[in-house]
Amino acid sequence: MRARSVVWALSAVVALLGAACSSNVSSGSASGPSSSGSATGTPGVGGSAIGFIFVGPKNDYGYNQAAYDGSQAVKAAFPNLKVLTAENVPEDDNATRVMNSMISEGAKIIFATSYGHLNPAEAVAAQHPDVVVVQQGNIITGTVIPKNMGTYFGTVYEPVYLAGIAAGKATKTNKLGYVYAFPISQSIDNIDAFELGAQSVNPQAKTYVVNTSAWCDPGKQTLAASSLLSQGVDVITQHQDCTATIIKATEAAGEYSVGYHADASSLAPKGWLTGSQWNWGPLYTDIVKTVLAGTFTGSKYNANYRVGLKTGDNPFVQSPFGPSVSDATKQLIATAKTALSQPDGSPFKGPVYDQSGKVIPGFEAGVVPSYATIENLTTFVQGIVGQIPKS
Amino acid sequence: MSLVLDVAAGAVGGGTSILYAALGETISERAGVINLGTEGCMLVGALTGYAVTAMSGNPWIGVVAGAGAGGLLAALHAMLVIERKASQLASGLVMLFIALGITSLFGGSFVSRTIHAFTPIALPGLSKIPGLGKVLFDHDPLTYLSFLAAPAIWWLLFRSRWGLLIRGAGERGEVLAAYGYSPKTIQYLAVVAGGALAGVGGAQLSTAYANSWFEGMTAGRGFIAVALVIFAAWDPLKAVAGAYLFGAALALSPALQARGYALNQFALDALPYVITVLVLVFLSRKRLHAAPEGLIRTLANAPAR
Repeated sequence: MRARSVVWALSAVVALLGAACSSNVSSGSASGPSSSGSATGTPGVGGSAIGFIFVGPKNDYGYNQAAYDGSQAVKAAFPNLKVLTAENVPEDDNATRVMNSMISEGAKIIFATSYGHLNPAEAVAAQHPDVVVVQQGNIITGTVIPKNMGTYFGTVYEPVYLAGIAAGKATKTNKLGYVYAFPISQSIDNIDAFELGAQSVNPQAKTYVVNTSAWCDPGKQTLAASSLLSQGVDVITQHQDCTATIIKATEAAGEYSVGYHADASSLAPKGWLTGSQWNWGPLYTDIVKTVLAGTFTGSKYNANYRVGLKTGDNPFVQSPFGPSVSDATKQLIATAKTALSQPDGSPFKGPVYDQSGKVIPGFEAGVVPSYATIENLTTFVQGIVGQIPKS
Repeated sequence: MSLVLDVAAGAVGGGTSILYAALGETISERAGVINLGTEGCMLVGALTGYAVTAMSGNPWIGVVAGAGAGGLLAALHAMLVIERKASQLASGLVMLFIALGITSLFGGSFVSRTIHAFTPIALPGLSKIPGLGKVLFDHDPLTYLSFLAAPAIWWLLFRSRWGLLIRGAGERGEVLAAYGYSPKTIQYLAVVAGGALAGVGGAQLSTAYANSWFEGMTAGRGFIAVALVIFAAWDPLKAVAGAYLFGAALALSPALQARGYALNQFALDALPYVITVLVLVFLSRKRLHAAPEGLIRTLANAPAR
C-alpha cells in the first residue's frame, strides 16, 4: 500500500518537474489546418506558423519579455499564421531540437532571439533550406551568408548615450555607477556610450563599473549596488537580464536610476531618470512581411542587419522621463538625438580616448566609426573607473 | 566607507541567508541525515516568502510561509530516506530538481511583483559605534534574528534534552530506541527543522536582502551552506564564522571593483568555491572524527547501496 502511494507521489512529482523544466512549445492561437510540406523554391514561404525561441522566461521584466512582446505583435499582424513560442531554451542542442519541432509543426520562419542561439540556428538553417532562420544580436562571421539566414539588432548604445546625458546632468557627486554581467562587446559599448553621454554635458562625470559574472543573481546585484552607493555614486544603471533588484536598492537609498531593457519607472517613482527599452514589434513584423513576400533572399535582412537612429526604426528606444528631469535636460537630449540621426552622427564620433588618454585606433579625430567597428570595441573610454576583467 | 568595513558589512548582509541554511543543515546532519536539497529548500523558501509577502502585505507572514515551504520539501526528503531508506545523496539532489521545477512553474508571475519588504533598521545607539555599528547593526530584522538563532541552536544541540536526543539519533539510533524513544520521529523533526531554517534563509534573500524574486536566485548558496557545515565541524557557532567568511568572499569583488582596482575578476568569483575546496581538502580527514557516527555510516555505505 505504502510503496504504491510513494510511487504515485514520485511519478506525480516527476510529471510536475517535467512540465516545469522542459521548454514546451505552446501554440499562440487555436491550431489551424497545418499545411506543411508545400515546399516551393523560396525559403520561408508557404508555412502555417512562425516560431520564436527565448533563452529565459517570457516575463522576466527584461530582454526575453521584450522579445516575447514582439512575437505577440507578429501574432496580431498575421492572424492567419500560428505563432509558436518556447521559453527557457538553452543555447545548445536543445535549441536545435525545439526549432526542428517547430518546423514539423509547420513553421517556415524562426526567430532565435538569444545571442548564443546562433550556432543552433545555423545548424537548423543548413538542414532546412526552405526555412528562414533569423537570429537576434549575434553576427554571422562567414564570408557567405546562407540564403535563408540573417541576424538583426538595434544600436543599443544610442539610447544609452542619451540616458548618459540625463545621468550627467542629475549627478551631484559626479560619480555614476554601472553594473554589468560580463565584458562582452555589447556591454562595453553601452558603458562607454553612457560615460560619453554624461561627459558631453558634464566633463567631471566619472562612471564606476562593477560586474557580477551573472545575468541575474539578485544577491550579487545587491552587493554591487551597495558597493557603488557606499562610494558616493548617486546614479546607477545596469546591463543585467533582471533589473528590479538594483533599481529598488537605488531607490531605497534615495539615489537616481537609469533603466535598461524595460520601463521600470514604477519601481522608482522618485529616482527614475530615464532608460532604454526594446520595441521589437515593428522590426519583427517587417522581417516576416519580407519573408512572406518571397523577397528575403538578397534583402537587407539576409545579412548582419543593424538598425539605428540614422536608418530609423531603432528597436531600442528611450524610456519615459522621471519627474526630476528638467525641461532643459530634455531639450539637451532632444538636440543630441537629432545630431545622432544625421549621417555623420554617432556617440563614438572621434576622437575617443582610452583610459590612459590615448586615442583609440579606429576612433581618430573626425572619424565616424561604422557599426561593426563599434561592436568590436574592447576598451573602456577615458572617464571610466575600473578595469575590464582579464582572464 | 573604507574597503574593510564595506566588505565586512557586505559579508554580514550577504552571509545571512547562507547562515540560516547552514544552521538548519547542522541540525539535520547532527541527527544523521545529510540534505543536499538544502539549496532546493532555500529556493522554495525564497519564492514562497516573496509570494506570500506580496499577497499578504506582511513580510513576517511571508517568512513563516517560506519556513513552512522549506520544511515541507525537507519532510519529503525525510520520508524517502528515513522511511524508504533511499540514498540520502540521491534524494537530496532530487529535492533540488523538484524545487527548481516547482519554483519556475509558479514563480513566473511574481518576477514583476513588488512587495512591502523588510528594510534595514539601524539599531539606536549600537549603530553609532564607529566601524562595528555599520557592519553589525544596520541590517534587516532577519539578520538580527540570526544573531540570536546561532547561539540558541547551539544551546538546543549541546545543552538541552532535545539536543541530546537529536545527537543520539545521529550517533546510535539503537540506544535511543532502547530507552523508549523513536529515533525516526526525532530524525523527521530534525530534518524538517533544518529545511524550515533553509527556507528562512531563502526568504531572507528574497524579502529582505535582494527585495526581489527571480528563478534560481539562490545561485548555489545552499550548496555552500552544506559544505560550511563540515567546515564548521557541525558546530552552529563556528558556522557563523564560516558563513561570514563566504559572505566576505562574495562581497570582496564588487567592493574592489567599485574602487577601480584592476583585478582578475574571474579568479575573485571563484574564490568562495576555492575556499570550499581548500577547506574540504585540509579539514575533512580531521573533521570527520567530529561527524555524527550515523552520518559516517551513511557516507561510507553510500556507494554500496
